[in-house]
Amino acid sequence: MIEFRLPALGADMDEGTLLEWKVKPGDRVKRGQVIAVVDTAKAAIDVECWQDGIVHQLIAEPGQKLPVGALMATLLEEGEKVGAGETAPPPAATPTPPQATERRRISPAARKRAAELGLDPERISGSGPQGAVTLEDVEKAAAQKSVAAGAAPVAAATQSAPARSIEMRKTIAAAMSRSKREIPHYYVSEDIPLAQMLAWLQAQNAQRPLSERLLPAAVLLKAVARAVKDFPELNGHYLEDGYHPASAVHLGVAISLREGGLVAPALLDADRKPLTLLMQALADLVRRTRAGSLRSSELGAATITVTNLGDQGSQAVFGVITPPQVALVGFGRIAERPWAENGGLKALPVVTASLSADHRVSDGHRGALFLRQLADWLQRPEELAK
Amino acid sequence: MNPGELRNLVITTLQGIAPEVDGAKLRDDLPLRRQVDLDSMDWLNFLLGLNKALGVEIPEADYARLTTLAALLDYLQHKLKG
Repeated sequence: MIEFRLPALGADMDEGTLLEWKVKPGDRVKRGQVIAVVDTAKAAIDVECWQDGIVHQLIAEPGQKLPVGALMATLLEEGEKVGAGETAPPPAATPTPPQATERRRISPAARKRAAELGLDPERISGSGPQGAVTLEDVEKAAAQKSVAAGAAPVAAATQSAPARSIEMRKTIAAAMSRSKREIPHYYVSEDIPLAQMLAWLQAQNAQRPLSERLLPAAVLLKAVARAVKDFPELNGHYLEDGYHPASAVHLGVAISLREGGLVAPALLDADRKPLTLLMQALADLVRRTRAGSLRSSELGAATITVTNLGDQGSQAVFGVITPPQVALVGFGRIAERPWAENGGLKALPVVTASLSADHRVSDGHRGALFLRQLADWLQRPEELAK
Repeated sequence: MNPGELRNLVITTLQGIAPEVDGAKLRDDLPLRRQVDLDSMDWLNFLLGLNKALGVEIPEADYARLTTLAALLDYLQHKLKG
């Protein structure tokens, strides 16, 4: 029997509300298949299965709030049989109340309202003292239930915009406070001339239809992914037992949301993707982040984050590291600036790249070498294209 | 396509990317990206949307000219005639 638990959804998302199951008992599922949609403070997330199997029992119920690691369902391995009388009953037939060891605390008003709405108070997660179910929890569960029943565009319907915005700010504040409390940050920066890179990009784009054009952002991301390969102390996770460098480069990309706030899902294996593919993956990631259809595997995965203020941004940005990562690269606006070289002065497009990194793992000297390496890569765009 | 229809189509395409845009409040003579928060990916998607709706190819070399809504409408009108 395989226990399917709510996977980690990144440092700043430690719980989620099940919105919808995409599978039912008896369904055959494949590794990587989306089997549930879970709402978090930041966005609705498509939760993927991490191995092949057959759905045995759906334990979590739509509307239920679950901490990361909570048992959501059981799956059978290929060929596995269940004992007599145990064959995958429909979930409704075997109610599994959340944390139901004793009767839930519930306010009289909440109990009355739950009865009016036809909700089982035992199944509503409580946010009051000692997990007590409040009137607000009942209303929330009712709203989520109707959303889940109506299914359709989940992301748009999950939480009201102001509620989402408040939750989002709280979530960001919690993760960033933790970062500043635990990570001794240091910062270095470097101005990088981009004349060659932009000329190369322009020549490339002149031959490409709109749908295949490259943005400078994609080239910057690729350069970071290639440069960090030589700096394992910047690419990995700092956990309770110390630092674990990562073998793959999964770039967390800070993506702002139109309604405010940001999410930093991972661009997986960014160092190995040819530029055209990386650009498509980036466009897809931005689109899905804003449409609210990110996948669980994209959320806890990032090994280093990049924040890019873009052409409407300011000159430089010094970011806050996302734990448990140990580094963040920031790019300001690409702009024409005076550039002194060989005793002469000229005007060139320049970007200021910064590195925020963790002193527990590296120091400013290595950070500076990394930025130099990044600058070198950006002078060889044709090599980044591969 | 008359100028009014073209403007409506451009606004609708823009709203597909920036739903908060109010076509009536948008000034045609001021830089578009000062009025609407569009990053480079949004801008690319906006042009891609216009390309799909109108069949007009927009070379990157022309981006610099397309600062205001008026300039963009003028540019598209020329392309459609040509």
